[in-house]
Amino acid sequence: MPSVVVKNITKKYTQSKKEQPIIALQNISFEVEKGEIFGIVGPDGAGKTSLFRILTTLLIAEQGSATVDGYDVVKDYKSIRQRVGYMPGKFSLYQDLSVEENLNFFATIFHTTVEKNYDLIKDIYSQIEPFKKRRAGKLSGGMKQKLALSCALIHRPSVLFLDEPTTGVDAVSRKEFWEMLKRLKQEGITILVSTPYMDEASLCDRVALIQNGKIMAIDKPNSINQNFGKKLWAVRANNMFGVLKTLKSWQEVFSCYSFGENYHVVMKDDDNANAMAIHDYLFKCGYREIEIQLIDANIEDSFMALMHTENEK
Amino acid sequence: MKNEPVIVVEKLTKQFGNFIAVDGISFEVNKGEIFGFLGANGAGKTTAMRMLCGLSIPTSGKAKVAGFDIYQQTENIKKNIGYMSQKFSLYEDLTVKENINFYAGIYGLNENQIKDKINYLVHHLHLQHQQNTLVKALPLGWKQKLAFSVAIVHDPAIVFLDEPTGGVDPVTRREFWEMIYDASEKGITIFVTTHYMDEAEYCNRVSIMVDGRIEALDSPKKLKQNFECVSMDEVFLKLARKATRSE
Repeated sequence: MPSVVVKNITKKYTQSKKEQPIIALQNISFEVEKGEIFGIVGPDGAGKTSLFRILTTLLIAEQGSATVDGYDVVKDYKSIRQRVGYMPGKFSLYQDLSVEENLNFFATIFHTTVEKNYDLIKDIYSQIEPFKKRRAGKLSGGMKQKLALSCALIHRPSVLFLDEPTTGVDAVSRKEFWEMLKRLKQEGITILVSTPYMDEASLCDRVALIQNGKIMAIDKPNSINQNFGKKLWAVRANNMFGVLKTLKSWQEVFSCYSFGENYHVVMKDDDNANAMAIHDYLFKCGYREIEIQLIDANIEDSFMALMHTENEK
Repeated sequence: MKNEPVIVVEKLTKQFGNFIAVDGISFEVNKGEIFGFLGANGAGKTTAMRMLCGLSIPTSGKAKVAGFDIYQQTENIKKNIGYMSQKFSLYEDLTVKENINFYAGIYGLNENQIKDKINYLVHHLHLQHQQNTLVKALPLGWKQKLAFSVAIVHDPAIVFLDEPTGGVDPVTRREFWEMIYDASEKGITIFVTTHYMDEAEYCNRVSIMVDGRIEALDSPKKLKQNFECVSMDEVFLKLARKATRSE
């Protein structure tokens, strides 16, 4: 049995009778297997938080159904609340309680004790244990994150929902956080994690790419990239900003996006596209030190290509 | 890029009690340069940036921003810089036009200049149909572009961008960087922090702060060569892992 089943979920927010409702989720369906790390990847406003709130029984969808651990998110909300862990995007612990008090509080609420499940949180909690008498509100961002994760885990949930746990977190801490998730996966916990950072998609078993309330693709990260379906060129030369303007205004170019020190370029006539033609054009336009390489698409390439396809619809 | 420094920092230090948030940093930023200011959370970026913006007085050291002293001439600094953070400074309950009008007014533009600015920006940002729309109804990406435009509405010498692209979709993130390049071509110096390491590659030069000190400062190309890394991501990890403190 899959851990999470989402069927045709639609969520709308109505602001006033005059205005059109905002559609946060449009007919979303997917399944998450037990023990999987499933990523919901998309920008702010894509619908990630709405989806998490529906699955954690904090919000009711207009249409569709969903189950978590076999329980219906509407009918069996009490059972779900006992068995899921939820770490919201916004820090939601008690700021005026100490680190230790927060953890004890959550353990008690779930009819368990810190001792009983300490082994599960040991890795994470031991890093903030030296500050256990400190009020949660006085912790740094990284420590708050670790405390929130400890509290979400203290009742040994079967499914863990993490809403943008790494937003605003630096590259080093992000790496550490994902290493923690890998260890939790080994405990058999199913993890749903949302992120606006495209590069984190590759750390998930499977991902759903979400934009404007719609899922554009669901698959293993590699499979999504293999479906890119067009030749992709990494291009660079002297005067990079000039190259961008030149390529963007060249009618043969389908898309051109900056990626670190290169531009990733797709040509309109994909079948006949070749590095020589791009090189010659840039050379003719006065650029030198031109380097062009055929490359594999990454998740960000795929995401932008899918956005383009959605816009065409 | 002319070698015309608009930010000159010498041994700048800020201490809170026993804690040295910024520990004797020195660097220069040239006119029109895109300068990436990187560091792990807690490395001291925000504290350093607040000093450069005239919002916090240093414990010791010297710095001039747009030619003004950061101890004595903080008000002049504020007039000559722009600032944009991830938390938008736009007023959600004002329209696009009203926001531009408000900020242009605050920065002392006269009525005619304001009129011209509104016209120019509304066209430039393709917001002709949204000029009377409340900002809260705009998509995130548009808000971000508008916030940037408003931050440079007075053609400042320098604009400080504190994680300007957090949470936007990848296309908008790139469009945003094109606006940064445009501003830089007009001679506006860009001082930018980001957690996206690919964006570090878009900067002319990048500094990486670790535990209050600048551990590395160079062009992305040179940094990668010096640290024998293929990407800025690797360079950053190599340096930031040495950190002994967090926030």
